[in-house]
Amino acid sequence: MLLVVWGAATVGFFSLRMIQGDPVNVMVGLGNVSEQVRDQIRADWGLADPLIVQYVSYLARLLRGDLGTSYRMQQPVADVIGQQLVPTVQLMLLALACALLLALASALLGRGRRRAPVAGLLELVAVSSPTFWIGLVLIAAFGFGLGWFPVVATAGFGALVLPAVTLAIPVAGILSQVLRQGLDDAAALPFVDTVRARGASHTRLVLRHTLRHAAANSVTLTGYIVGSLLGGSVLVETVFARPGLGRVALNAIVDRDMPVVLGIIVLAAAAFSLVNLLVDLLADRIDPRLATERAYA
Amino acid sequence: MSVVSVRNLRVVMPGSTTAEVDGVSFSIDAGQCLGIVGESGAGKTLTARSLIGLAGAGVSADELTVAGVDARLLDDRAWRSLRGARVGLVSQDALVALDPLRRVGAEVAEPLEVHKPQLGRADRSRRVLQLLEQVAIPDPNLRSRQYPHELSGGLRQRALIASALAASPSLLIADEPTTALDATVQAQILHLLRELKESGLALVLISHDLGVIRELADQVAVMKDGRFVEVQAAGDLFAAPRHPYTRDLLAAASLGTATPPKPGPVVLAAHNLAKTFGTGVGTRAAVDGVSFELRAGHTVGIVGESGSGKSTVAGMLLGTQSPDRGSVLLHGAPWSEVPESKRRGRRGGIQIIHQDALSAFDPRATVLQILSEAIALDGTQRRLRKVRAMELLEQVALSDAVLGRRAHELSGGQRQRVAIARALARGPSVLVCDEPVSALDARVQSQVLALLASLQQSTGLAMVFISHDLAVVRALSHDILVMKDGLVVEHGAAAGVFAAPQHPFTRELLAAHHGNRGS
Amino acid sequence: MSILTAAQKKTAKRMPAPALFLSAGFLALLLLAAFLPGLFTAADPLRTDIGQSLLAPDSRHPFGTDQAGRDVFARVIHGARYSLAIGFGATVIAVVAGLLIGSLAGLMRRVGDGVLSRAIEIVMAFPEFLLALIVIAIIGPGEASLLVAVAIAVVPAYARVARMQTLVVKRAGYVEAARTLGVSPTVTVLRHVVPNALAPLLVMATMGIGTAITAAAGLSFLGLGPKPPTPEWGLILSGGRNFLATAWWIAVFPGLVITATVVSTSILGRHLQASTAGPQR
Repeated sequence: MLLVVWGAATVGFFSLRMIQGDPVNVMVGLGNVSEQVRDQIRADWGLADPLIVQYVSYLARLLRGDLGTSYRMQQPVADVIGQQLVPTVQLMLLALACALLLALASALLGRGRRRAPVAGLLELVAVSSPTFWIGLVLIAAFGFGLGWFPVVATAGFGALVLPAVTLAIPVAGILSQVLRQGLDDAAALPFVDTVRARGASHTRLVLRHTLRHAAANSVTLTGYIVGSLLGGSVLVETVFARPGLGRVALNAIVDRDMPVVLGIIVLAAAAFSLVNLLVDLLADRIDPRLATERAYA
Repeated sequence: MSVVSVRNLRVVMPGSTTAEVDGVSFSIDAGQCLGIVGESGAGKTLTARSLIGLAGAGVSADELTVAGVDARLLDDRAWRSLRGARVGLVSQDALVALDPLRRVGAEVAEPLEVHKPQLGRADRSRRVLQLLEQVAIPDPNLRSRQYPHELSGGLRQRALIASALAASPSLLIADEPTTALDATVQAQILHLLRELKESGLALVLISHDLGVIRELADQVAVMKDGRFVEVQAAGDLFAAPRHPYTRDLLAAASLGTATPPKPGPVVLAAHNLAKTFGTGVGTRAAVDGVSFELRAGHTVGIVGESGSGKSTVAGMLLGTQSPDRGSVLLHGAPWSEVPESKRRGRRGGIQIIHQDALSAFDPRATVLQILSEAIALDGTQRRLRKVRAMELLEQVALSDAVLGRRAHELSGGQRQRVAIARALARGPSVLVCDEPVSALDARVQSQVLALLASLQQSTGLAMVFISHDLAVVRALSHDILVMKDGLVVEHGAAAGVFAAPQHPFTRELLAAHHGNRGS
Repeated sequence: MSILTAAQKKTAKRMPAPALFLSAGFLALLLLAAFLPGLFTAADPLRTDIGQSLLAPDSRHPFGTDQAGRDVFARVIHGARYSLAIGFGATVIAVVAGLLIGSLAGLMRRVGDGVLSRAIEIVMAFPEFLLALIVIAIIGPGEASLLVAVAIAVVPAYARVARMQTLVVKRAGYVEAARTLGVSPTVTVLRHVVPNALAPLLVMATMGIGTAITAAAGLSFLGLGPKPPTPEWGLILSGGRNFLATAWWIAVFPGLVITATVVSTSILGRHLQASTAGPQR
């Protein structure tokens, strides 16, 4: 896990160094700063020192939790990110819950000759539609059209619904695909005969047996899902004009505010690794064969 | 009082007009066993499953009474009350027949949860432990909390049987219950089933293995293409089979012994081969101290159960695995110690065929391409390769029609012949056969073995024949090595080893096989 | 496997014929539009006419007009070439690069493989879209940047599949059989390993084109791609954002076309997957 974070930080650091031009300009991005600030940058980053020294001190600062300073915004990067963390996390969590609900419903209800193709089609559309387009359509339909939800970002739950649903749809689509496929695959496994031969009902078979197999398959998707939520939040926050990390990231990219970009890269890597670690632990509990394999590996 | 009574059973699969099972009739009393034997695709499993309502909707019969109930008109819901409570099912390979994500105890308890919901948790647990003891699983408390993959093959199968018996059915259907097991474990499971039969359980036993049927069945039904071609009391059937197909099957099961070879020079020699896997605490000696000499026109058979190290020996002979100690000499010249780049040119001298021929072929290649690849290595010109391929096919009794087909389009027997043809293309002096017939039906088995024997007679080919099946090894081998846990426990001329085994393990193996095969 | 489901399973995965025809047809039309937009529309995508602005869809303007009076349908047709170019281009680059990296990792000894696959895992830790964003952050926005960014964003997925396939194939029975026959390692790799490892990659690529197109559109939507008034699909959508209340067609129709494109490539890709799955191991 640490390896991923380290790798991300290293790649980020060296990529910045590879950009043409005066490093000070790179740090500042588009915009004007005073000579005083420029001197500050040179001191902070030790630009007079050899590259290796700069790199090591950069890593050292990271370990202390110091993500550097955004010169554009005259704030430490950690503050910039911290202020916007909460709205984004709220959005992602709500979207995740939505997606799980939708996917479970679709997987459990979308069985049988008539319903399965419908579920399949819905999944396909959900997965194929660009996130930002879904957001716009939802705003047009439910915001302006039916007037159910506010179209301007306000505090409060109402304003969270449309963005969360938008973010949830592609994730629900793929989760449903994998779950349904998992249920179908599990239904073809030999143990199903044994369970039926015991006189078990179909409900019992699904709830106590095949669902666990399908879930075991889906757990590996968690990393992808978190990534999709993270990436999607940039688009969704832009479409709905919501505050959050996504907008911070976008503005930083457009303004070429490199310290912030770097900070976000490192943060994303850390979050991602944490999730993967949790997933590994969870996977062992759901499918005990994995734990044994690991012991013999 | 019969537990099962069937007249004119007919099973049709959805979307088909031909019957998979037709005109089948039999009856079974309590404490009796009906053995259904036949090749794959004969309809044995469908017949048995119609007794538990798992054969689909296309089941019809003049009479179908199961455990006292007229089963012809039952819908799925009604069947559920019979399944597990009056009829139990045991399939092959408990590793996948039990839910791998649930603990053994939970699996055994399930029929109780379904049919006896009034039992409290404590009572259920007690009953589960009782059942595990009944099937002779030691340390039942520990085992019931484990997962199926943590138990050995034999223990798993016992647990599966326990789960089928949990709600005390009067009929048990055992569909190839011992196929995935080693011979000695097989014998134990059959012993358990016999005990259950003697305590009053009615048994339907399905197997392609005549030896297994012979152990347990009171009545035997021979099945071919969906029909019973012969139904008799077991003793009568084996002594005096009436139908020609039955006679074929019985003949295929007794494979005989190898014809005495002509004398020849030593082509392959193994000295003290040893190989260890793992490091530190996990070290395992897969093979330790294997030696033998193989002469042209001779076959040395290596027999042992899974994990005995047989396949590792094959790997070392071929050079795909390098021995940690000892050496292999091919035609008197060093083989195992020579680096691959220098060895490659001599590879034609020793070839191998495996159990799973399908994975030995590139899925995208046609038979012609498969054979040409081997033929080309001798420098044969392109335009002559097809001719040579057809010659090889003739040697293994395959028609030219297979040249355009891919591996997955061939039957198991055909694939194995193509594998032999490919090996022969290199003109080897030694052919290593690693479980080459284990996955084949009995009749195909004996055909392939006959082919190998005749090739040896006509070309002087030397063979190393590896198998867990004593009867198969005996059919071809002149000398035998018995392996257990990496060591050679017995070594000698085949006739001598079979007549007077010295080592206790050899005796155990022979006892298990004699019980099954009845030479 | 239960006998009853075994037979059913064989027919389960194939795509229904009408879906296939529709998908293939749609993609063919799209390709045509990319090369010969004139076949589909006579209107000029860049010509502004304020008097005709914000008109609802009708027979003259199937997708309506935007705030500057431009025919939206024409803009979508002319925009096809940008999206398809990036979609195809990025995917082709990614497949080639992924195949090289992945098969190299799979064929190398443990140390080399370890380093390469760790690198792949590190990069894959990032969601594709974020990765593309980061690349743009470093190299700056623009049309060419889109291509590079999307390509780099999807390479890791291909590399990982290429590596897995190479490993599977490397250990496959037929590779060992070639070895025992005496076939040289080079010939074995070229004749057996590469073709078998390649197949799943091509299937992935078919579906990957759709992903690439969406990613590129997303980046343009955020303003990181070509500059207006280029009729790139993402740009058209972002332009329509401010007019959702009054002229929803500006945003909705281009998005519909993007969705249809991705659906079509997915259907084709799945069909390919189902038809090659049989003999593959």
